Amino acid sequence: MTTLVVGAGHAGLAASHHLSARSIDHVVLERGDVGQSWRTERWDSLRLLTPNWLNRLPGLPYDGPDPDGYLAMSEVVELVERFAKVSEAPVRTNTAVTSVRRTDDGYRVATSDGEIDARTVVVASGAFNRPAVPAVSEGVPASVRQVTAFGYRNPDQLPEGGVLVVGASASGVQIAAELVRSGRPVTLAVGEHVRMPRTYRGRDVLWWMDASGVWDERYDSFDDLDRARRLPSPQLVGTAARSTLDLSALSELGVELVGRLAMVRDSKALFSGGLRNVFSLADLKLERLLDSFDAWAAASGRDAEVGPPERFPPTRVPGSPRWQLDLGSGEISTILWATGGRADYSWPRRRRARHQGTPAPRRRGRRQPRDVRPRSARPAPAPLDLPPRRRRRRAGGRRAPGRLPRRYRLAVSHLVHRTRCTGRPAAGPTPRLSW
Amino acid sequence: MTVTDDSRTADNGVDVEALLGAREVLKGAPEAAQFTWRATSTWTHGVHSTSSIENYFGLGQEQHHKTRTTFDIDHPEVFAAPDNGITPIEFLLVGLAGCLTAGVASVAQNRGIQLRSVEATVEGEHDIRGILGADPDVRNGFNDVKVTFHIDADASKQEIEALVAQSQKRSAVFDALTNPTNVTVEVA
Repeated sequence: MTTLVVGAGHAGLAASHHLSARSIDHVVLERGDVGQSWRTERWDSLRLLTPNWLNRLPGLPYDGPDPDGYLAMSEVVELVERFAKVSEAPVRTNTAVTSVRRTDDGYRVATSDGEIDARTVVVASGAFNRPAVPAVSEGVPASVRQVTAFGYRNPDQLPEGGVLVVGASASGVQIAAELVRSGRPVTLAVGEHVRMPRTYRGRDVLWWMDASGVWDERYDSFDDLDRARRLPSPQLVGTAARSTLDLSALSELGVELVGRLAMVRDSKALFSGGLRNVFSLADLKLERLLDSFDAWAAASGRDAEVGPPERFPPTRVPGSPRWQLDLGSGEISTILWATGGRADYSWPRRRRARHQGTPAPRRRGRRQPRDVRPRSARPAPAPLDLPPRRRRRRAGGRRAPGRLPRRYRLAVSHLVHRTRCTGRPAAGPTPRLSW
Repeated sequence: MTVTDDSRTADNGVDVEALLGAREVLKGAPEAAQFTWRATSTWTHGVHSTSSIENYFGLGQEQHHKTRTTFDIDHPEVFAAPDNGITPIEFLLVGLAGCLTAGVASVAQNRGIQLRSVEATVEGEHDIRGILGADPDVRNGFNDVKVTFHIDADASKQEIEALVAQSQKRSAVFDALTNPTNVTVEVA
């Protein structure tokens, strides 16, 4: 076996597509069914943040009737399944990978269905497999139910009573809105966040991100790449009305905004008093983003095809935001942790990369020196789908299928180069090309 | 990395290169980044005390300020005290103003923004029924703190607002005031 791809989501299938195009024998291992995470780890009402026309899987452009719509989860699963079928991906479903070990000429991959030797391995198991719940959760009294955005399905699943939603990225704002509309009192703990209108000058804001080149910023153009990688997903929701779901909209719906959850002490949740500043930071960042869109539109002669420039009022500051909430009083029956997810790399036996499993940035320069370190010191297979990769192209917290072809082509080119030209497995520093 | 905007130069007197260098070094040496700040206080008479600051620990060893500084802490005459110095809670305002102003200067330097003047007014709303024990529902500390900056600089209003926002984001005292901190008080 030349190449083994771990994970049959859009990432693994895109890699498979490019491998097939180069006639490289490979197999795609999937722990469950094709598109497993989209089937099992999403709430019922979730739709992609990206409009359909942006869902460009290699060889499978969007050809449906609603280019400006946003796919529901069942439709995403259908799309990923169709992609697997169209590209005739050699997928083995219900085959979980339990470990990856180096051998002299590649890797030995242990699966729930026996061992497989492969010269190269592509890790496409996802960037968000495991909820990241902050340590403060340990102080939450047992009377309060705790649910993560991964386990949340719909309001009916939660007990009666108030809900404290922690985290104001796309997941947090969407779930807070759904819960308050279901008639529950909702408090939303807000740290640093990314505010975005759904549409700007008549176009989807992601059209602007795509067209203006924001997504093409190279990883080495960031002042602080770690921080860029930790950036929460923008406050966006995919609805037919293309409505904006920022914090002012949530206030309007009756959601109570409080500062970042800093601590739980004596059953009391304590919130940061710095709420106004996280509003200012987000408002200022949004203004700069819109300025850059306007500048791009003017410079590229696109002003005529879009509406006039718009500016949005600053985020509405609540009169006197609460900085504590007694979790023992019964006011809150559920805490919903919308605090993001992490990639789960517990399965390969790999050296723990720096920064909580996020790979270190590749040094500048197109060619890497030949890796002369002892094999044990070389990095393990690099994941294909951690944000932001070589360029910032991303589609919010949950990566939409199809934002990625270029990256996969690069990764596959690298595999080809390693296996054909040097005969060595793709394990040196060059796998970092893949993100 | 973009350290300064090449098109702009500014001299606010902040050695940004040294700070950015320290940031890079301390990323790889977190133990050297552990500082302990100290003040020692001596009761004088009544509610008057003096507090001195000279030494601290940081970068792996004992450090000391160029000079020892002593502060008088007292309460005003409306509190039936002789007013030999500012009240303890006013020191928090001093700390906040100093920290945010230092932040504004540093961020401005880093962004190539020349400052001409920076003035901050800090107001802390305080219901003293809390400390007097007159009402158990009133807290002892500030109910609200408001900082107003007047900044004259070679920059747009938006850029100045961004300076102030970023300085809050990186401020030790802003964090200490807005977020809970464990405080242990012991009798030795």
